[in-house]
Amino acid sequence: MDIVLFSITALIAIIGAVAMLLSKNAVHSALFLLMNFGAIAVLYLLLHAPFLFAVQLIVYAGAIIVLFLFVVMLLGAERAEDGEVPQRWQLPLAIAMAVILFGQMAYVLLRNVAPVASNSGDFGAPEKVAAALFTSYLLPFEVTSMVILAATIGVVVLHLPEKRSA
Amino acid sequence: MVPTIYYVGLAALLFTIGVTGVLIRRNALVMFMSIELMLNSANLALVAFANARQDTAGQIIVFFTIVVAAAEVAVGLALLMTIFRTKRTTNIDELNGLKG
Repeated sequence: MDIVLFSITALIAIIGAVAMLLSKNAVHSALFLLMNFGAIAVLYLLLHAPFLFAVQLIVYAGAIIVLFLFVVMLLGAERAEDGEVPQRWQLPLAIAMAVILFGQMAYVLLRNVAPVASNSGDFGAPEKVAAALFTSYLLPFEVTSMVILAATIGVVVLHLPEKRSA
Repeated sequence: MVPTIYYVGLAALLFTIGVTGVLIRRNALVMFMSIELMLNSANLALVAFANARQDTAGQIIVFFTIVVAAAEVAVGLALLMTIFRTKRTTNIDELNGLKG
C-alpha cells in the first residue's frame, strides 16, 4: 500500500519539477513548483514527519510560492527569455553535466546500501520534535530569530529609496 | 514499507532537475525556483534518513533548513527587485555589468 502511494506521489513530484523546468511562462513555473512542494509534503507524511508536513505546506506552499508569484507579477517578468537566441552548445553541455551528476549520485547510493526503513513512527511525533527543539536544540532555535531579524533588516535596507546626493 | 533508497533516489533525481534548471534557464526568477527545488530535495533525503535511523535530529535539521530557506528567499527576491529597478530585466544574459 505504501509503495503505491509513494509511486504516485513521486511521479507527481517529478512531473511538477520537469514541468517547472520546461514551461516558458514564469507564473506557470511557480505553480508547477507548488505541485512539487505539495507532493514532497505528502512524502513527509509517509516518512512519519507530520510536523514537517505542516511546516512544508505553510512555509513553502503558503509563503514562498506566494512571494514568488507576487514578484513575478510585480516585475512583469513572465517571459523574460522570449526572443533571445541561446548559445547552441549550452543545452547539450548542461544535459551532459546533469546526467554525469546523477550517475555519480546513483553510483554512491548503490554502493552504500541505505538501511531499510522500520515500521515504528512515534519518533517523529510533533511532541518528540518539540521536546528536542526546546531542550537539546534550544540555542540554534534562538539563533534562528537573529537570522530572521537580519533578513528582515536586509530586505528593508535593500528597498530604501536611493539618495539623491552625489 | 518503502525502502529508504527509493526516497534518496527520488531526492537525487529532483536535485539533478534543479541543477539542470539553473544551467539552462535564463530567467533569474526561474533559476531561483530551481534552487528552491534543490533545497527541497536535500530536505527529503534528510527526512528519509531520519526515518531510517528512527532519529528526531534529522527532522530538526530540516526545520532549520526551511527557516533559513524562507529568509534566503526574502533576501534573494529583494535583490532581484533591486536589480530590476536599475536594469529593467531579469534575464541574466543581460546582467553583464561586471564584464571587463
